[in-house]
Amino acid sequence: MSGDTGIIIVGAGECGARAALSLRENGYRQAITLIGDEVHLPYERPPLSKQVLLDEAARPASIVLSDIMLAERAIRHVSGASASAIDTLGKQVILSNGRALSYDKLLLTTGATPRRLPNAPASSRILYLRTIDDALALRSHIRANMHVAVLGGGFIGLEVAASARSRGAKVTVIESQERILKRGVPEPIAETITALHRRNGVIVKCGVAVLGIEADERHVGISLSDGDKVSADVLIVGIGAQPRTELAVQAGIAVDNGIAVNERLETSAADIYAAGDCCSFPHPLYGGRRLRLEAWRNAQDQGILAAANLTGAARSYQAVPYFWSDQYDHTLQIAGLVDEGQLVVRRDLGDGAFILFHLDDEQRLVAASGVGPGNKIAKDIKLSEMLIAKRVIPPIEALAAEANLKSLLPRAA
Amino acid sequence: MTNWVDACAADEIDQEDVVRFDHAGRTFAIYRSPDDEYFATDGLCTHEKIHLADGLVMDDIVECPKHNGRFSYKTGEARGAPVCINLKTYQVKVEGDRVMIGIGA
Repeated sequence: MSGDTGIIIVGAGECGARAALSLRENGYRQAITLIGDEVHLPYERPPLSKQVLLDEAARPASIVLSDIMLAERAIRHVSGASASAIDTLGKQVILSNGRALSYDKLLLTTGATPRRLPNAPASSRILYLRTIDDALALRSHIRANMHVAVLGGGFIGLEVAASARSRGAKVTVIESQERILKRGVPEPIAETITALHRRNGVIVKCGVAVLGIEADERHVGISLSDGDKVSADVLIVGIGAQPRTELAVQAGIAVDNGIAVNERLETSAADIYAAGDCCSFPHPLYGGRRLRLEAWRNAQDQGILAAANLTGAARSYQAVPYFWSDQYDHTLQIAGLVDEGQLVVRRDLGDGAFILFHLDDEQRLVAASGVGPGNKIAKDIKLSEMLIAKRVIPPIEALAAEANLKSLLPRAA
Repeated sequence: MTNWVDACAADEIDQEDVVRFDHAGRTFAIYRSPDDEYFATDGLCTHEKIHLADGLVMDDIVECPKHNGRFSYKTGEARGAPVCINLKTYQVKVEGDRVMIGIGA
């Protein structure tokens, strides 16, 4: 394990770190270099909008790869360094300090970056949430009697809203669409989440556009299209994310809503793979529809699959898309793609928990979405995920009733 | 010395399923295999401390309901990302219709 040649992974988030770990678990013995632009060890991002905001004393983040793990596995972690270019012919990654690192194979796990609010004034009171540093900056503004304005009723915005409200802050969520969670979440679930927030004292304003923002270093004023003006101590902007494709574009690698990879996570350039939030891939369960998923599980699973393929496995990625969100004491989970469904069958589980099964025009299960307190929906969503993967056409009456979904699952003989 | 504690009724757990048992400030998960053997482990996933009793049991594996870490509930062995720390397991015996777990002195 000497020199730079081996596998380079650009991006030290969940996906890149998991790929590095998996390479060693798969027995890869050459050099592994993990390049990350943050100065921190690789950590998990889901707690950033939840536990990290909820608890002043919370550890900064869950570390995926500790110093000891890096040393034991001889994984070289180049932190606080960004890759500025790829020389695909010379098979080198050029760092921003001009240093060149050679690779046999390269994995891009560059992730996504929050979409910026156009024309917003520069202010330390207008924040985005992607990194641990972002979360710690936001946490200092979340206290009882502070007013947190949230722009965007997606997962990040709503999780921040729940965390801030749980700590006694006054919270206003501003969403330009007519409802929250418009993208990929069925209306009944969005209604449940809206009611949950309102029950907890959050002001949820939908169907309103932002006309202007004024900010100084102490407060933010947001003028809305309904004539209202929200005055807040801090504005957190959660209006989506964009894949980080600059490096791929510079290298002439095909990009299509993210770095375009095939089902084996190979890019258009030889010996270069991409995985996680930064890439779009064709999904065999949905007729080869090209997807880009910003989800923890996808990052993890694609990191593991990319590691296998970097060492010659040639496997296809076909995991069922899966998302979850925790807000207050409730969990929302979605397996599959809701918008592939034509018919919805509802199952109520008590305590307000329910699951929607989404069937296509052949009545094949293509998605299941649910919400409820605790982990009440977890088993059924997990079983649904397995049914979706096996392309099962379930009896509708069995979905609506409380029949054990396990009984619908084809088992190996 | 093994301290045997009455955890639950044997028929309280379905085949290929799991229940939660709390005792003396600790939480355990008790499993019934597809062939009616009983097992016990610590009740919280070693990744993010989620209750495994809310998870799915298939064959000899329990899967965490939150982040899908997998363990063999028979041996406690971690069987897949994101978990890498094994679960502690406990002795189990069935006396009459009661499931007893041995949780140490």
